Amino acid sequence: MEVVFAIAIGVLVGSGVWLALRPRTFQVLMGLTLLSYATNLFIFGMGRLKIGRAPIIAEAGPDAALYADPLPQALVLTAIVIGFGTTALLLVLLLALRALSGTDHVDGRDEGSEARRRATRARAGMPVLAQRTDAGMDAGGRATQARAGMPAVEQRREQLPGAVAGEGH
Amino acid sequence: MLLLTEARRAARTALALLSSAIQLAVALTLLYLTSEAAWFIWPEGIGVYSLGDWPAPFGIVLVADRLAAVMLTLQAVLGLAVLVYSIARWDRPGQPFHTLLQALMMGVNGAFLTGDLFNLFVFVEILLAASYGLMLRGVGATRVGMGLHYLVVNIMASLLFLIGVAMIYGVAGTLNMADLASRFTGLSPDARALFDTGAGILGVAFLIKAGSWPLNFWLPGTYSAAVAPVGAAFAMLTKVGVYALLRVGTLMSEDEAAASMLGVMMFYFGLATLIAGTVGMIASHHLARLVSHSLVASTGILLAALGLGLEALTAPVLFYLIVSVLTTGIFFMVTGMTDRTRSVPSAAQPVEPPTPQAPFYTAFGVREPDPYGTDEEIGVAIPRAIVFLGLMFVSCVLLVTGLPPLPGFIAKFALLSTAIAAAPLAGLEPAAWTLATAVLVSGFAGVVALTRAGIRLFWTVTARTTPRLRVLEAAPVFFLVMLCIALGTAASPIMSYLERTAASLHEPQDYIRIVLAPGGAVVEAAP
Repeated sequence: MEVVFAIAIGVLVGSGVWLALRPRTFQVLMGLTLLSYATNLFIFGMGRLKIGRAPIIAEAGPDAALYADPLPQALVLTAIVIGFGTTALLLVLLLALRALSGTDHVDGRDEGSEARRRATRARAGMPVLAQRTDAGMDAGGRATQARAGMPAVEQRREQLPGAVAGEGH
Repeated sequence: MLLLTEARRAARTALALLSSAIQLAVALTLLYLTSEAAWFIWPEGIGVYSLGDWPAPFGIVLVADRLAAVMLTLQAVLGLAVLVYSIARWDRPGQPFHTLLQALMMGVNGAFLTGDLFNLFVFVEILLAASYGLMLRGVGATRVGMGLHYLVVNIMASLLFLIGVAMIYGVAGTLNMADLASRFTGLSPDARALFDTGAGILGVAFLIKAGSWPLNFWLPGTYSAAVAPVGAAFAMLTKVGVYALLRVGTLMSEDEAAASMLGVMMFYFGLATLIAGTVGMIASHHLARLVSHSLVASTGILLAALGLGLEALTAPVLFYLIVSVLTTGIFFMVTGMTDRTRSVPSAAQPVEPPTPQAPFYTAFGVREPDPYGTDEEIGVAIPRAIVFLGLMFVSCVLLVTGLPPLPGFIAKFALLSTAIAAAPLAGLEPAAWTLATAVLVSGFAGVVALTRAGIRLFWTVTARTTPRLRVLEAAPVFFLVMLCIALGTAASPIMSYLERTAASLHEPQDYIRIVLAPGGAVVEAAP
């Protein structure tokens, strides 16, 4: 029983950590959610896993072996509530960052995709515009050239030599 | 306060002021009660309040000892100053400031008073939730991006906190700090290994909150992206992490000398934090980032000094903590005022509502210089606002870098002299000398960085406008600087009080006995 529990927590933590290190904000959110599930299960498991025992003392008397430990369950409830609140705030921030910066990259700027776009345009021999603040990059980049370029308030970036293998996300 | 609508701004402000004043009065009362002057009320200087009147290991207790009283007073003073500063222009409809500031202060006060590990977690979450709201105030792209990073890092830190607390509970069976201290020596070696692992994970969570080196990359960005009064309010947050390390470390140490929870690693983390903060100070262009890096450096000094594990160092550490919190608060408020000298909003600054260009010449009684005039000017007319800001800036520089005559010097001197004097007894001479060298080099680097910033701000008169300062903004800064000068003048009695505080910290038996005693010094819950 404990082995299954431990493996489950391990899988959740592994997936959560992998997701939390991704560059997209929604993946980070899901990663943190999985991590909080794992943590809550861990706290619950610290009360020793017992099958079919209630945490409420009944008329059977104060024999500790008959009950599940109620304190970790209370801790888990508190942790769930706090985690729920912060996850909601994280979601709102995620949406606000998407609205303000035009991309859902965690840094607010999507450099790998920009590099791909510049490389594509350089290969095609077309002039490279200034930094775009609009998201919605597709792989080719040609279809988005029709969009009006943003006024170049910053200096032009250097063109990347040759074909740059954009880092896969 | 949440119930008062935006139209009742005056009522909200009055309520906030009243609440902060009451907090200050209560903190001073606790300071009096925990000292020996009030021996007839609390014989040992430790007061315990059981929530719901449940006895200690089963119920949550709030414990007020000398360290808690000192930290509470510090927070109350800082909170009141930030509140008065913020009344000037920061409480706007739709962007509540006073409510969140009160919630922040509640979380900090609770974290200092609690005697239970999970209750510490809850209070830290309260203060973090308030800090998220405060930090995001005045939404802009940079601020939201930094807020996202801050939020993610702190969620991870909270998860680590939970895991550490759960492991400690699973092994020791209790969450009450005093009960843990009395139980953990009796654990079997296997259980003790798990306990140490849990304590280590807990320590990492505290280090994240304190802003220790490998885990503090969120700090400069976040604190510099927040508006000025929020940065000043945040001056206390990293010190909550340091306080938690100190409290848990002194309770869980087997031999009296080891005051550090993470052993010798805390010294190296502290040194690395100090170096990282110093390098950051030199590399910063924007004053807010410079102040954030100086906060990191001061936290590094605290962690390194605590990590040395010398009992005699705790009192100078506390004194330096007090001075550094006040310094950071003053400096952030000064940053808020000097930011308004910028005549062109820079790209790095998050978008603020535009400050109207003040008719500064007529406001300060200086005749507008006639461009075609022929009257010769003997000197440059310096407006009063710039004089005031310059003096406050110089005070901050002296405090941060530890130059006389302000108490920054006294705190650093006490720290270094005690470290060098007490180190040979414990065989820690190389470590103490390394710490002394690092502190002095960082002070020198701080002088360089801050002087450069000051020259750019105050002596190059081109493209700078004179800000209009309100008394509500200038008075708290002035008052805090005067308080620091008073701290420096009255350093001797304060140090002796802090030495008694440190002595009581290093003898946790009194704390344990009073918290767990069924009838002794327990304060009855109000009927």
